[in-house]
Amino acid sequence: MNNKGVDKTKRQFLTSALTVVGAVGSGYLAVPFLAQMQPSVKAMAAGAPVEVDISKMEAGQLIRVAWRGKPVWVLNRPAEVLETLKTLDSDLRDPLSNESEQPASSKNPVRSLKPEIFVAVGLCTHLGCSPTFRPEVAPVDLGDKWKGGFFCPCHGSWFDLAGRVYRGVPAPTNLEIPPYRYITDTRIMIGESSGEKTA
Amino acid sequence: MKPNRLTECGNWVLDRFPASKFWNDHMAQYYAPKNFNFWYFFGSLALLVLVNQILTGILLTMNYKPDAKLAFDSVEYIMRDVPWGWLVRYMHSTGASAFFIVIYLHMFRALLYGSFKHPRELIWIFGMLLFVALMAEAFMGYLLPWGQMSFWGAQVIISLFSAIPVIGDDLSLWIRGDYVIADATLNRFFAFHVIAVPLVLVMLVFMHLVALHEVGSNNPDGIEIKESKDPWGHPVDGIPFHPYYTVKDFVGVGVFLLFFATVIFYMPEVGGYFLEHANFIPADPMKTPEHIAPVWYFTPFYSILRAIPDKFAGVIGMGGSIVVLFLMPWLDRCKVKSIRYRGGIFKKALFLFVISFFALGYLGTQPVTPLATTMARLFTTIYFGFFLLMPIYTRWEKTKPVPKSLTKTHSLEEQFHALEEQLPALIDEITDIKPVNSEIGHPAFKSTFFNRRPNPKGIAHVISRFFKKLVESLD
Repeated sequence: MNNKGVDKTKRQFLTSALTVVGAVGSGYLAVPFLAQMQPSVKAMAAGAPVEVDISKMEAGQLIRVAWRGKPVWVLNRPAEVLETLKTLDSDLRDPLSNESEQPASSKNPVRSLKPEIFVAVGLCTHLGCSPTFRPEVAPVDLGDKWKGGFFCPCHGSWFDLAGRVYRGVPAPTNLEIPPYRYITDTRIMIGESSGEKTA
Repeated sequence: MKPNRLTECGNWVLDRFPASKFWNDHMAQYYAPKNFNFWYFFGSLALLVLVNQILTGILLTMNYKPDAKLAFDSVEYIMRDVPWGWLVRYMHSTGASAFFIVIYLHMFRALLYGSFKHPRELIWIFGMLLFVALMAEAFMGYLLPWGQMSFWGAQVIISLFSAIPVIGDDLSLWIRGDYVIADATLNRFFAFHVIAVPLVLVMLVFMHLVALHEVGSNNPDGIEIKESKDPWGHPVDGIPFHPYYTVKDFVGVGVFLLFFATVIFYMPEVGGYFLEHANFIPADPMKTPEHIAPVWYFTPFYSILRAIPDKFAGVIGMGGSIVVLFLMPWLDRCKVKSIRYRGGIFKKALFLFVISFFALGYLGTQPVTPLATTMARLFTTIYFGFFLLMPIYTRWEKTKPVPKSLTKTHSLEEQFHALEEQLPALIDEITDIKPVNSEIGHPAFKSTFFNRRPNPKGIAHVISRFFKKLVESLD
């Protein structure tokens, strides 16, 4: 013991150094702890393409298939629906799909490879509910402005029969179009694009 | 008297573990204000419900299977084949709703009597953290039965996170552990629901109580009882928590259990509010139910989400509606705590807030229509107005003088007596006595009956007087 008191700088340094080492160590440990909650290899591997036979589809018919656990719609659109789609642009938020997700081959006003057959992921771009298929024009509950389309019951978003979102509803973008290709005229492969790069 | 073996044994323990000190500090010598009223039942009831949830939850995990293929059937198995399984499950599901009822009333008490104000800000913050943890616990628990509502409710809520710019999509993927709600999601929600969040809840309850017992309880008069003490150092207006309030709380527990048992045995689904009808259908990732709504306790916040026509802003609005509650101690600038001595403007604002909370709660259970959306927007504005304008309107509040010590309140018995005395006069006012000539029987015995009939004028008088009193009480 001397009269100058205790020199605390050394223990201060040791304490700070230990704190830093401890913090870095905990940071490294946090990586595996947090990362193990990421999708597993098995979950990432699931997602094989799905083949759909559309030879028996009637005009106006919608079928649902599961792809990567998500509902995918295949809709056979009659000619009058395609006519109606041309008249809606002013009511839509993104009629040309500039901000929406689709393969480049489906980036057109009807959002499909062939105008009659519409393929889309059936999940609302708002909060992921599956919208209901409402092809009828001006039903009582939806009012006169309804020209047929998909209505999301969760938060009231409107989409037309090309999956394009209306203005003034919660959903921000058009429905997602999955990559798909025609194997033959009556068979579709969902989950594989026709050779080109998907958007 | 010679100490017997039992006392010696007790002393041996007490020398090593301060059980009696703990008991005295928090029960037998914890002084609580002597004027606690009805609103002060809900803290202890929340503790009771927590214990109920933990006990029934442990029993449920013994038969439940956290697996997307087995979960739905295992819940039905508990309901049908496990001895008394239905009772344990209904106690757990009813307990979840009861928890929120009790907590909402407990929080409303704090708003009424200013229990969140200086020096109790931290109690309020811990309480709000408890509320958030409770919401997480309830939300994750709701996925476990793997019904349609479980699945799509979780889908919507997890998608909320994807609205966050830049990190949103990766964050929701990380929460789900898969690209859609799947087995991985169910399994991890089970882990959170059964061990992680309950541990946090218990820890926060402990901190909530430690903070409360450090500063002492508030009371309906909103004055600090520690400021006037008797020569022995005990607050003049305080009484020991045990036995006085343990006994009082037992009465509350009795009444609560009466309601609780009624729901469990006679109406466990409460018309689709406690257990939603769509949840009796197994989860189907291909099809959303026609109408999806969260369980009733989330509907006010869900309404706010739906009212805002933009994805990210909606999520911010919903989160903000809970964050503003955290800020209460700093938003309210009025020094007076209790509503008894506060100005009319606060009473009116609180009244509007309660109405908007109920209205948003109702609208959240209803399908989306243009009218409902407009109403939800109006009430969302009122909801946020109550909080965000608070620093302004509470600053110029005309408060009444606050007494130095607790005021005497009329006991329930006295109130009943007063009511009994007023009742005949009230009945006379709202009814008319009209003679009615009887046509029955022999003409010789023809008599006149007097019939009491409601008197519209008198009823109108009574109602207008009631509303005048209501308006007066708001000033």
